[in-house]
Amino acid sequence: MTATASPIGQSIRRKEDVRFLTGAGQYTNDITARHTTHAYFLRSPHAHATIRGIDTSRAKSAPSVLAIFTGEDLVGVGGLPCGWLITGTDGKPMAEPPHPVLARGKVRYVGDPVALVIAESLHQAKDAAELIDVDYDTHPAVVNGIEALRHGAPQLHDVAPNNKCYTWALGDPTAVDAAFAKAAHVTKLEIYNNRLIPNAIEPRAAMAVHSRSDDSYTLHVANQNPHLERLLVSAFVLGLPEHKVRVIAPDVGGGFGSKIYLYPEETAMMWASKQVNRPITWVAERSESFLSDAHGRDHTTHAELALDKDGKFLALRVHTNANVGAYLSTFASCVPTILYATLLAGQYTTPAIFCEVTAVFTNTAPVDAYRGAGRPEATYVVERIVHQAAVEMGIAQDEIRRRNFIRTFPYQTPVALVYDTGAYEPSLDEAMKAANVAGFAKRKAEAEKRGKLRGLGYAAYIEACGIAPSNIAGALGARAGLFEAGTVRVNPTGSVTVMTGSHSHGQGHETTFAQVVAGRLGIPVDNVDIVHGDTGRIPFGMGTYGSRSLAVGGSAIVKALDKIIAKGKKIAAHLLEASDADIEFRDGKYTVVGTDRAKAFGEVAFAAYVPHNYPLATLEPGLEETAFYDPTNFTFPAGTHIAEVEIDTETGVVSLVDFTACDDFGTIINPMIVEGQVHGGLAQGIGQALLENCVYDPESGQLLTGSYMDYAMPRADDLPKFKVSNTVTPCTHNPLGAKGCGEAGAIGAPAAVMNAVMDALASAGVKHLDMPASPHRVWQALRAARA
Amino acid sequence: MPGLPSMNVNGKAVSADVEPRTLLVEFLRDDLGLTGTHVGCDTGQCGACTVLVNGMAVKACTVLAAQVAGANITTIEGLAAPDGTLHPMQAAFKECHGLQCGFCTPGMVLSAIDLVKRHPGASEETIRSELEGNFCRCTGYQNIVLAVKQGAAAMSR
Repeated sequence: MTATASPIGQSIRRKEDVRFLTGAGQYTNDITARHTTHAYFLRSPHAHATIRGIDTSRAKSAPSVLAIFTGEDLVGVGGLPCGWLITGTDGKPMAEPPHPVLARGKVRYVGDPVALVIAESLHQAKDAAELIDVDYDTHPAVVNGIEALRHGAPQLHDVAPNNKCYTWALGDPTAVDAAFAKAAHVTKLEIYNNRLIPNAIEPRAAMAVHSRSDDSYTLHVANQNPHLERLLVSAFVLGLPEHKVRVIAPDVGGGFGSKIYLYPEETAMMWASKQVNRPITWVAERSESFLSDAHGRDHTTHAELALDKDGKFLALRVHTNANVGAYLSTFASCVPTILYATLLAGQYTTPAIFCEVTAVFTNTAPVDAYRGAGRPEATYVVERIVHQAAVEMGIAQDEIRRRNFIRTFPYQTPVALVYDTGAYEPSLDEAMKAANVAGFAKRKAEAEKRGKLRGLGYAAYIEACGIAPSNIAGALGARAGLFEAGTVRVNPTGSVTVMTGSHSHGQGHETTFAQVVAGRLGIPVDNVDIVHGDTGRIPFGMGTYGSRSLAVGGSAIVKALDKIIAKGKKIAAHLLEASDADIEFRDGKYTVVGTDRAKAFGEVAFAAYVPHNYPLATLEPGLEETAFYDPTNFTFPAGTHIAEVEIDTETGVVSLVDFTACDDFGTIINPMIVEGQVHGGLAQGIGQALLENCVYDPESGQLLTGSYMDYAMPRADDLPKFKVSNTVTPCTHNPLGAKGCGEAGAIGAPAAVMNAVMDALASAGVKHLDMPASPHRVWQALRAARA
Repeated sequence: MPGLPSMNVNGKAVSADVEPRTLLVEFLRDDLGLTGTHVGCDTGQCGACTVLVNGMAVKACTVLAAQVAGANITTIEGLAAPDGTLHPMQAAFKECHGLQCGFCTPGMVLSAIDLVKRHPGASEETIRSELEGNFCRCTGYQNIVLAVKQGAAAMSR
């Protein structure tokens, strides 16, 4: 085998593409079992109601109906659990109301599943669902987090008085008060971080099969973390032995967080598959996705920044109301706390920070992690208030950031995190150069001649990825581990199969991870296959979320590779009649140091499986190793995004004319894939800033943005051509030096775009605008400012 | 009254006994097993189900199978050559990283082929505006636009 040039850092075209480009992908709803039945979920049309009774008799006798189940039928089935316990400032655990798989007693949001209909065909299941008679006693609904706390608001759960889930705080309020007392300037900001609907293009889907032969279950499900799904559904909800449940997440058509969670649908289907003794298939219609996928964001925040006379930040005080929806989704509780308040230092040396968060139940779909999860919300607070402070104090936007950048590492923030490494000014400088900030004044003047307002906005963001370590997360309330597992199986002919607990649903792991393996072993990328998404084939895994796959999952694979290489040395030493210590492994060859005596990796692999000439007395045959990797710290990707907008004052239309991102993701394995991840994140971040908005009717609690006619998804002609570049400071505590890149775009873009919009509107006297900066809102703001 | 649509799909004559309310996308996926055509929204907006009907891009969730009786249908499975050689547009999507999760990809590729036929040598602006019937949540469209340009150039050779 000849040594190949290292694939690390190469934009290798993706191994997974051919199947997706030829229609050979296997998404959950492409997989069918013989004699499958079809599920349809009857959902609540009301935001808040007591169920007085459900009459399924007519529906049960409809043609080809196998069974209909309601909440009362699911005897012995537990509620859906929340994976993170937050302890409030009062020392008490958060309110954790029961989250029944199918509604019991009450429905609490439009779309709350009420009955599961199983029929021979989907059409028959839907027809039968129309015959179910549910007697609802409707109640007033509350959809807004602030309103829900008011005296007299409709109450959702007995165990959550005043609809409060918890009030939690982080930081030193005394130090913050003291800093405010001596501040030369205080900037205040009221902002709403708009609720979003994730909208992966593949709707959620599942197929549940029970096997009578060994009383086991196989669940195919569009999911980002099959092992976690298995743990939750078996041990926590259905009370099944974990080893009797196999969860397969095959090709998954995008996740963005929304497919992390255990949902009611697949849970009810698994349980029902044994009852009806037939496979059950379900795929959400898009309208169901709008109603019932976990939503994102929905924070109302009051923030204050104290500065000295030179624009140095002295303290930040933040109060946030987080709307968590009707029930606690799997990780809902940690998003507005652990993943939010800890990021409020941003890239800055702000010495004192205090953040208090109140999480509130409302009659809306559950809210959980959506691309960025807490970190976009934190960046939005920090970068919007920094922008405003700079305006108020007459300091240039880049200058106020430079005056406050953290420059020495490791850096202990006042909000618990220790940043291991970073270099913020180079990203800012490079972004400014690429965005041609120097030429902005000219462009602005030229736009003014055309009657347009032009603005420039910055966001110097930081994120914390690869949430870890497990023991500290556990102390903070995590109910799961945060490591990752990987197995490297070297086949007898020297090809390699890698089982990873990370899951790829667009990220290209099959290519990037293969590059890591090929690079370390000195073999061609084509000789490496990555297996993911199946608890039956992979030892264990925690899945993919929080930009953790390469930094945590990749590191587990590297640890397993180290074991492979070490074992191979012993085999090679035997074959070469040398001592282990004299063998080095490089470029795919084991060599006796200082000689030309060598064995190729493939020869060593073959010897491991055909151990005729092998140290059997001291070494097991075979060449397969598993490693678990628990990171010692988060990773801290960071960068600067710069947006440039032009606003038509007659129509209120905001045109995003330019967008520049310079990000530091540490070591990059495949630049093409990383750039693609940034593009996608930016599209979602820009979507939040200019287009997307989830709206419930405040009176009825009906979802007003329940289709693509009402919820504005970014289309190709809504977006500019992004300018993307990188700086590199490798992560100091994982073997790849990787930090993660999946969420950066969604974290930096909203603040950059809105700061640009505010910059453009400043001359027209507009002082406040919330996302999305739609033509209607911008036009209204301009009119109000003129009045 | 069961209908018996017969049509030509990817060069093969096919027919099946289906309910009159069967959508073309249901017929392709459930009766013919051509699962490369995806359903992303069932309301005609996302474009994941796009196929070519007599060479024209059509959203297969908005037409009944019976409505296209007698037509020539091309799905994503029918694009590559029998020896596996990718259609120039498929190859361009791979080369330009114009796909991530792959779910919107079949519809995107077929829309792109239709677009190029109607606008050979389309500018980036035209490509962006012509693709407004196809959602992609992963790529931010930049590499899709690049792929369509490159695929168009390759198709004209």
